[in-house]
Amino acid sequence: MKTSLKVKRYNPEDDDKGTYFEEFTVDMEEYNTVLDALIAVREYEDESLAVRCSCRGSICGSCGIRVNGSGALACKTKILSVAPNEETITVEPMGNMPVLRDLVTDMTPFWDKLRGVEPWLQVDGPEPESEYVASADAMTHLNGVMSCIMCGVCVSDCTSLEVFDQFLGPAALAKAYRFVADPRDAADLSRLGALNEPGGIWDCTRCMACVQVCPKGVAPMDRIMKLRDAAIEAGFDNTPGARHAEVFTEIIKQDGHLDETMLTLGTIGMFNIGRMMSLVPIAFRALVHGKLPLMYPFTHVSQGVTQIRKIFDHVEAKK
Amino acid sequence: MDYDVLVVGAGLAGMRAALAAQQAGADVAILSKVHPLRSHSNAAQGGINAALTDRGDDWQEHGYETVKGSDYLGDQDAIEILAEEAGSEIITLEHMGVIFSRNEEGYLGTRRFGGQQRARTFFVSDFTGQALLHVMFEQIVKSGVRVLDEWFVTSLVTHEGICTGVTALEMRTGEIHTVGARSVILATGGLGRVFEPSTNGLVCTGDGMSLVYRAGVPLMDMEMVQYHPTTLKGNGLLISEAARGEGAHLLNADGERFMQKYAPNMLELASRDVVSRAEQTEINEGRGIDGCVLLDCRHLGRDFILEKLHQIHEEGMTYANVDLTKEPIPIRPGMHYQMGGLKTDVDGRCWDKLGGDWGGVQGLFAAGEAACVSLHGGNRLGANSLLDTVVFGRRSGVAAAAFAKDAAASGIPLPGDAVQSQEEERINALLARNGTGDRVAGMRLEMGEAMNEHLAVFRNEEGMQTAFEKIKELQQRYGSVSVKNSGKIYNTSLIFALELGFMLDCAESIVSGAIQRKESRGAHTRTDFPDRNDDEWLKHILVYYQDDGEPRTSTLPVVITRWEPQIRVY
Repeated sequence: MKTSLKVKRYNPEDDDKGTYFEEFTVDMEEYNTVLDALIAVREYEDESLAVRCSCRGSICGSCGIRVNGSGALACKTKILSVAPNEETITVEPMGNMPVLRDLVTDMTPFWDKLRGVEPWLQVDGPEPESEYVASADAMTHLNGVMSCIMCGVCVSDCTSLEVFDQFLGPAALAKAYRFVADPRDAADLSRLGALNEPGGIWDCTRCMACVQVCPKGVAPMDRIMKLRDAAIEAGFDNTPGARHAEVFTEIIKQDGHLDETMLTLGTIGMFNIGRMMSLVPIAFRALVHGKLPLMYPFTHVSQGVTQIRKIFDHVEAKK
Repeated sequence: MDYDVLVVGAGLAGMRAALAAQQAGADVAILSKVHPLRSHSNAAQGGINAALTDRGDDWQEHGYETVKGSDYLGDQDAIEILAEEAGSEIITLEHMGVIFSRNEEGYLGTRRFGGQQRARTFFVSDFTGQALLHVMFEQIVKSGVRVLDEWFVTSLVTHEGICTGVTALEMRTGEIHTVGARSVILATGGLGRVFEPSTNGLVCTGDGMSLVYRAGVPLMDMEMVQYHPTTLKGNGLLISEAARGEGAHLLNADGERFMQKYAPNMLELASRDVVSRAEQTEINEGRGIDGCVLLDCRHLGRDFILEKLHQIHEEGMTYANVDLTKEPIPIRPGMHYQMGGLKTDVDGRCWDKLGGDWGGVQGLFAAGEAACVSLHGGNRLGANSLLDTVVFGRRSGVAAAAFAKDAAASGIPLPGDAVQSQEEERINALLARNGTGDRVAGMRLEMGEAMNEHLAVFRNEEGMQTAFEKIKELQQRYGSVSVKNSGKIYNTSLIFALELGFMLDCAESIVSGAIQRKESRGAHTRTDFPDRNDDEWLKHILVYYQDDGEPRTSTLPVVITRWEPQIRVY
């Protein structure tokens, strides 16, 4: 079947030209993937097309790219799934990384961030003669996050990284989770402490892009959320993120609905006068436009609040 | 720049060797043409064998089964080491952090695997290779060993027959570098791309085998190429033996569990060459479906498959449009592993330390699939390759560190500017060449198809001679192949052209060995010599590079310690 690709090219030795799109058409089979098509382009149309690839079977992680604007693993993307009616497929390099040539990105920042979470097992005390005893469930649970092939596709599409490049990013944070969740790793406290800093777990905007594009079902965002839970439980509760979670829950329990003003004040800290003052202009603008939410004592408590509190009691009793 | 120990290749064997060399006090660096996590060790799925004696297992049983699996071509002194050291190496891996599956009591769990009566294969679901590779990389990051990734080694440098380093192309800039080293460990993996299709990744092009062969080390048992029983048609991707280990059945078009006829005792878990021959026979005799037989996992149950065989379930869905929980998947034998490789002793040395028969080059070491000790002889058991990489990776690292220490005191000069300019000239000449228009990719496909046709499960003289002619023709044409991209930065065109040269060397030595060996043993099955002939052929075939083009061959006896060769029945 006819397969048309619109590929974003860039040759650093021809820097004046900058990036540009080039169209190719190749003849592919129904079961072929976007990677098969790129390889066909490279073998028959233009040998200079640079794309990383090796295993062709979604395990080596080399061929992370963007297909029709979204991060994807080229060897896992069936042509028919993105171009059921012979539409032209747009192929670009991954986002949030510098481009070396064509579809090959410089993954140095990616690897540096991974290093930043101290990605090796840290044990306590003398090693046993034999294996560490660990429950079957604990190890099976780690299979999910260990499936990460470090392809970079999650980092490519991370909306937080687009605007804040000190964010550790979904891959490094998912890797950090792998260690926190490993019963043999004894460095939970120091790991969680470090992850609690700016650029860590609280800088995820929860947009779900990483969960959506991950080719191995790692669900990095879910892991980041688990790290947040773990951080709060470990006593790291004095960050805006932790306070936000606590205050949000408390307000719902009290009022049966969200009092946004109290949420804001509770998150930034009731005694954080400086920060509060910085919000006054926003509050004023909101007031002028009729969008300032009512706050205590002008708020009400929802009608069904007793039912809501019962749900809380039920869930808390289960713990 | 120079180092005590330079490791080429950052897969499991390479990284294990680097860690061991560093722990032994050497200044180590790793060069790899891809980032370590892209190495093909990733693709191993099923598990890693080890006999834990404190669990009632017996390493001698593992040793015997490996010897039998090798069809008695494996060197028993090396196999004893493999089996004996396996237990401690598994614990080392677990201590490094590998998330091995556990039994109900929380101890390491095992599964059954081909060619072995007992379950002694330790595993991580069905992505054991990836799980090991990533943890080994974590250890490299922790250790601070220098890794130069996307550096492609273009030649080995020797001085008066002793290795002194390499020249390498830095892909990112196109610059040639000379890296001096007192010892070089080649852990460059296999050569799957010599065949088409193959389970192997595109990087598996036999680089180290060719480079070291040309430096003067013999290639051994190259005709022993493993065709794995369960690969997908078309792209040749692997479906792990773990499926059979967990109880899956092989069926022909009549719905028969045909292994009953060929291996009444071990059935689907007979050694791989036996199963591949069985499948190919069924297909050739008309009991296949579209050139394949069927792997049936349905009776294992949906939950079991999704937990223990999750990755291959995904693979079935993505690459074959088959849901393993609901239907059997069509598979067939496919090229998978090279039992042969660079001759080494039991410490990875690519030279005959005892000053004996087979020569070699001092300072060169090899480990992993690139090496041939020989551990796997005529056929490798499943889950023995991952074990090979860590046991012999470690041993090579230790031996290389010791050699480097002595070599440093020797005063042998490390490569200088002359070597650098010579290599730059050679590469530039290749880039500037105005070629005949032969495409590298086209030539590789011609080679791959010829090899897959004539050097597959069943071979004969005529077919192999045809393949030999083809390889000779391609070698001729290679002399004027052109690189249709002359840029410096990330020029993969140049890389592919260099790799084709390596692959042609490997292909030649495979066909050469296969034509010579006039018997059937292990993976090498000839319809014109269908029986195993211990009287004449219980020996290894060595191939040496010669400048004039025709390789010189010789033989080496098999080391037999405890297990006398017997008729091999499963």
